[in-house]
Amino acid sequence: MAGWAIAVHGGAGVDPNLPQHRQEEAKRVIARCLDIGISALRSSLPAVDVVELVVRELESDPVFNSGRGSALTEKGTVEMEASIMDGEGRRCGAVSGLTTVKNPVSLARLVMDRSPHSYLAFSGAEDFARLHGVEVVDNDYFITEDNKGMLKLAKEANTIMFDYRIPTLVPDTCAASVENPLLMNGLPVSLYAPETVGCVVVDGQGRCAAATSTGGLMNKMCGRIGDSPLIGAGTYACGLCGVSCTGEGEAIIRGTLARDVAAVMEYKGLGLQAAVDFVVKERLDEGKAGMIAVSRNGEVACGFNTNGMFRGFATEGGFMEVGIW
Amino acid sequence: MGWAIALHGGAGDISLSLPPERRLPREACLRHCLQLGVDALKSKKSPLDVVELVVRELENNPHFNAGRGSVLTSNGTVEMEACIMDGNTMKCGAVSGLTTVVNAISLARLVMERTPHIYLGFDGAEAFAREHGVETLDASHFVTPENIERLKQAKEANRVQIDYTQPMQKNGKDTATANGDSQIGTVGCVAVDNDGNLAAATSTGGLVNKMVGRIGDTPIIGAGTYANSLCAVSATGTGEAIIRGTVARDVAALMEFKGLSLEEAAACIVKERVPKGNVGLVAVSATGEVTMPFNTTGMFRACATEDGHSEIAIWPSMKD
Repeated sequence: MAGWAIAVHGGAGVDPNLPQHRQEEAKRVIARCLDIGISALRSSLPAVDVVELVVRELESDPVFNSGRGSALTEKGTVEMEASIMDGEGRRCGAVSGLTTVKNPVSLARLVMDRSPHSYLAFSGAEDFARLHGVEVVDNDYFITEDNKGMLKLAKEANTIMFDYRIPTLVPDTCAASVENPLLMNGLPVSLYAPETVGCVVVDGQGRCAAATSTGGLMNKMCGRIGDSPLIGAGTYACGLCGVSCTGEGEAIIRGTLARDVAAVMEYKGLGLQAAVDFVVKERLDEGKAGMIAVSRNGEVACGFNTNGMFRGFATEGGFMEVGIW
Repeated sequence: MGWAIALHGGAGDISLSLPPERRLPREACLRHCLQLGVDALKSKKSPLDVVELVVRELENNPHFNAGRGSVLTSNGTVEMEACIMDGNTMKCGAVSGLTTVVNAISLARLVMERTPHIYLGFDGAEAFAREHGVETLDASHFVTPENIERLKQAKEANRVQIDYTQPMQKNGKDTATANGDSQIGTVGCVAVDNDGNLAAATSTGGLVNKMVGRIGDTPIIGAGTYANSLCAVSATGTGEAIIRGTVARDVAALMEFKGLSLEEAAACIVKERVPKGNVGLVAVSATGEVTMPFNTTGMFRACATEDGHSEIAIWPSMKD
């Protein structure tokens, strides 16, 4: 048996000026979540339980954009989405348009386990959450001061923020005077917009699973569905591998990125890292994105065409890494 | 090389004894829609325009589960969804949870062309429709007496239709309903023109007695709908099986990564990669081939190619 492996991400596309202390903070969260996953794997939890557990942790931490800390819609509300897939039997569950569910990934799991469907959204998903007594909180819980400021900036610039993009119309005239050109109430603010989270795991028995959760894009239209809940786009797992993607949702959807990693392994015979490299190179058009993946053989891989991706890996063999750039 | 078009009105357990009053209007609709598509291709309309046009016509026909004639949720409401994709540009648009939009497929096209997003759902999609002055009607317009009866039967049988594998399905495999065709859902169309441009479109009302908020395979790029420079695919059947199998993308992936022909790729997916009794699809390739495999009892389908081949059928043909 090849041994377990785990990979975690907190989004691709990182502000190059992200202050050191916030880089360290993000790395600490990744490392902490990785540790939770490692302990679970050591106590022989199945892969699908581990990805859920780890993504719940990431959702609960406001550093990344999912659950608490989610990006805001144009109306200033939060609409969260998530999906989970168990490589065994390719079972899957997904949710979109959640406004009060504390842990979207766990509701996705319930859709997979307790509904006849694969995907529930908006009020129907909220009703389903209440039916199952899932923990709910007021929508305000998810909204952070940082993100209110980001939304204001995005609106002023009249742009949808693809997480890491600098709003295009912000005048750069003040750039010379301060390190960071964006001002809010006369004070410089960080461009750092937290992002999607995901986890992929292969357990000691070679079972793969993947889960992804997000608040979506800053200043997105109400009702917008991105790649995270879409099986084959943001999330995919089968007998061969588990994949979770992050970045520009629309490019990930068009490229069916997560499924394509598995498809080139299956149909082209590539190894895991080669498959990830191929997909990042050949299957993304102009879009920017990144992904993490594990194979049933206990390998981990990542790839991105953004300037960075918050990520961490660990394998049973003792390899462990947490990185951004 | 030549143009080709294929369309479907759903795959499922279509009883061989389907009474003529249920069969004939559907066959007539397929014939009418096929002709509409063929004429459009002959007058050099783009495949994207052709698939939208044909799916609009299918949506408007109450005999198929899309637009007016959509099946009902457990609350007795209609929630429609649709998806369109252009093979050349890989641009795509999708909508879910529509309650008043007359032609879901045209709203999907507007999402593709007029928003920075690909996919809008529920209230946000309805608000977007109103912003763009898309034709809407009271939600009751979409509810047909036939579908009220189907929901009643489904509720009596305590069944959410079509899913054979999930734990909630306590009484095992269900037999077909009294009508023998109430599981049939979804309409779709794929087309290629003389220059090899491809497009795919799919639209549905979903499952009888589905949970409110349920999203199926139809609006999901790579599951129910997909097009690229090689082929265009529209799938139908058990949504959950099609999502898991990433059916539409996998037909294209087999051609792209394994060098299979359209027919081989589609047959491989339908015969080997999804559970029997669940899935059908229509597909065309850039070189004008067409294929319409299914592993259900039947699939309402029609196709035509420039070299004169034309077919309208429900059950397996003799050569199968």
